Amino acid sequence: MICLLAGAAFVFGRHRAYATSGKSISTLHSLPGHYGLYALILTTLPAVALLMFWSMLAPRVIEVLLLADLPAAMQGWSQEQLGLLLNDVRNSLKGYSVASDNPELITQFGERYQDMEQASNWLLWITVLSLCAGGLAWAWYKIRADHPARHRVEAVAVTGLIACSLIALLTTIGIVLSVLFESLRFFQHVPVTEFLFGLDWSPQTAIREDQVGSSGAFGAVPLFAGTLLISAIAMLVAVPVGLMSSIYLAEYASQRIRTILKPLLEILAGIPTVVYGFFAALTVAPLVRDAGNWLGLEVASESALAAGLVMGIMIIPFVSSISDDVISAVPRAMREGSYGLGATQSETIRRVIIPAALPGIVGGILLAVSRAIGETMIVVMAAGLAANLTANPLEAVTTVTVQIVTLLVGDQEFDSPKTLAAFALGLTLFIVTLILNIIALQIVRRYREQYD
Amino acid sequence: MRAAEDTTMETTNDQAAGIPGGTQKEDEKLTSEAAIETVGDITVENPRIQCHNVDVFYGDKQAIKNVSIEIGRNEVIAMIGPSGCGKSTFLRCLNRMNDIIESCVVKGDIQLDGNNIYSKSTDVVTLRAQVGMVFQRPNPFPKSIYENVAYGPRIHGLVDSKIDLDEAVENSLRRAGLWDEVKDRLQQPGTGLSGGQQQRLCIARTIAVRPEVILMDEPCSALDPIATAKIEELMDELSQNYTIVIVTHSMQQAARVSKRTAYFHLGELVEVGDTRRIFTNPQHRLTEGYITGRFG
Ligand SMILES: Nc1ncnc2c1ncn2[C@@H]1O[C@H](COP(=O)(O)OP(=O)(O)OP(=O)(O)O)[C@@H](O)[C@H]1O
Ligand SMILES: [Mg+2]
Repeated sequence: MICLLAGAAFVFGRHRAYATSGKSISTLHSLPGHYGLYALILTTLPAVALLMFWSMLAPRVIEVLLLADLPAAMQGWSQEQLGLLLNDVRNSLKGYSVASDNPELITQFGERYQDMEQASNWLLWITVLSLCAGGLAWAWYKIRADHPARHRVEAVAVTGLIACSLIALLTTIGIVLSVLFESLRFFQHVPVTEFLFGLDWSPQTAIREDQVGSSGAFGAVPLFAGTLLISAIAMLVAVPVGLMSSIYLAEYASQRIRTILKPLLEILAGIPTVVYGFFAALTVAPLVRDAGNWLGLEVASESALAAGLVMGIMIIPFVSSISDDVISAVPRAMREGSYGLGATQSETIRRVIIPAALPGIVGGILLAVSRAIGETMIVVMAAGLAANLTANPLEAVTTVTVQIVTLLVGDQEFDSPKTLAAFALGLTLFIVTLILNIIALQIVRRYREQYD
Repeated sequence: MRAAEDTTMETTNDQAAGIPGGTQKEDEKLTSEAAIETVGDITVENPRIQCHNVDVFYGDKQAIKNVSIEIGRNEVIAMIGPSGCGKSTFLRCLNRMNDIIESCVVKGDIQLDGNNIYSKSTDVVTLRAQVGMVFQRPNPFPKSIYENVAYGPRIHGLVDSKIDLDEAVENSLRRAGLWDEVKDRLQQPGTGLSGGQQQRLCIARTIAVRPEVILMDEPCSALDPIATAKIEELMDELSQNYTIVIVTHSMQQAARVSKRTAYFHLGELVEVGDTRRIFTNPQHRLTEGYITGRFG
């Protein structure tokens, strides 16, 4: 309905502009399309805004009106009781049988509810349509040959764009603040120093006062050590493999091979991490364990090595596609300079191209690291939950993200130190990856400036 | 990249096997177009480089058409011609720099000291060490000034010790007329120099390899008159022992530094001859038009 009106308004705006301009576009201030858009915006924007506003508010208003003339006996009811009553009313309207103390009241309220809803809808449509009409009329009045419709339309467009970017920004701020406040609450229970430097992690606090059990230890060091260990293993896999394959792709591969290989590599990035997770848990972990046993080593069935290896495979495309980009971005003149001096291809790559691309490559690696640190699924499935403080990649370790998941899964009170710890971990993780990202972007940007 | 190199090698192999003039199709093309006959004497007494019927294609587009020319030992030869006529392209054939461009195919016969440089047995790396090149636009490596110049001697193992290397670097920078300006900041990045300084750095870098033939693609287009004079002096000095091919848009420069001049027009070699004769008494109307400034 509104769409139809919008289309009509567009056409109308254009025609009006034509008409006032004396049938020549050149005398118009803006293009006819702008006038059409201008009319369209005036017609629809207020109406749509009202529609949204109304549908959000109407149910509340109806409820308030309904409850305003409750029988005297119920005036003293609590909020919850009233809520229940309203629920019953709605359910009975939908045709469900409702078990209630006084069915007459329910049916009576139900009828009134329906009436009011209908009235509200009528009212809504009338106002919306009149708003549309008003907008159209206003547009008709406004559109003259010298009316700067273009500026108006563009102002509206810019406002829309700003609103969208604000949404992203505000969400980020919201996330940070909520995590921050929860973390602060956690730090009221557990001192910051203990959290950051404690070597023990066993977040099993007593759920009820009288329960026996540990009071819990919240030293996050083992978690960060585990994260570090797994990320390090992952980078050990991803950096050489990713870098080499990107060098091959950018320097040696022919165009045909490149067009086949590059998308294949990038498919790796599209595999859901859960899938990687069970690949790690079901295939790689047993393999690692068997290999370890064969060598006479003690390997836990959930080992940091397995998780790290698979995670490394997962982030290969991050490293390789960014490196490939920066290597390809090294100007041809640079290669020619080197070849012109009689350098071989490998000398050119080693001594000129890699050094020239290094900042970009480092930036890409840092981005991959922050990806590895934030990764959860693979570790949950393949590395286990035991918070061991160890540097042995064959043991089970756990990571920050995994602990956050386990802390929050299941029925939990949301103000025990146990659950609040998850927020503190999240905050720390967020800060670490943020710093990594900032450094990485800085490096990449400086690299860009060098050649632009 | 590899692929392109391979195809070049194959085609040139045919020529090495004694099939001049390229493929059948190629011959038709040449006869169908009215090819310009080069005016002047393309031969020299003591040739260092001999080019016969060189064609260069970028994909389908032919950039050099049937060019034959000889370049003598210890000769400075200038290549002039309007922009886009293929001077750089031809220059880049002489040290197989065009191999790097995937779409580029070179046909014909180019010999350095009697050896076909496009034959399979030729090592491109040695060839490029022998035939150095200074590019149209300065392209220093993103390394220190010192490292830029030391690059060539290092990869070719020309020096045994650090002291020798230091000496080679200083010597090259001096000859390129850059030493006094950079001697206090050898460790700073070469990319931080001004455009003209960068170009001289590239020249220093090239002569540090001690090539026997130097190809210079408009080496002075970014230089002020003083630096230009220095480079021209250097060319004079180098021409005692080296062969120099210089592309230039400055006819004064061509007149100052070169013994012979070749005039290119739309991928064809129109006229070649003694520099003085070309400038005072051009035989071809295209050459005359260019030199008297009617077009170009
Ligand atoms: N990499 C390339 N790919 C495709 N065509 C090219 C390439 N390089 C040069 N050409 C074409 O080949 C022709 C000759 O170019 P070349 O660079 O040799 O001209 P030039 O004589 O050096 O000109 P200038 O004096 O402006 O440097 C031009 O028409 C150009 O468009
Ligand atoms: Mg050129």
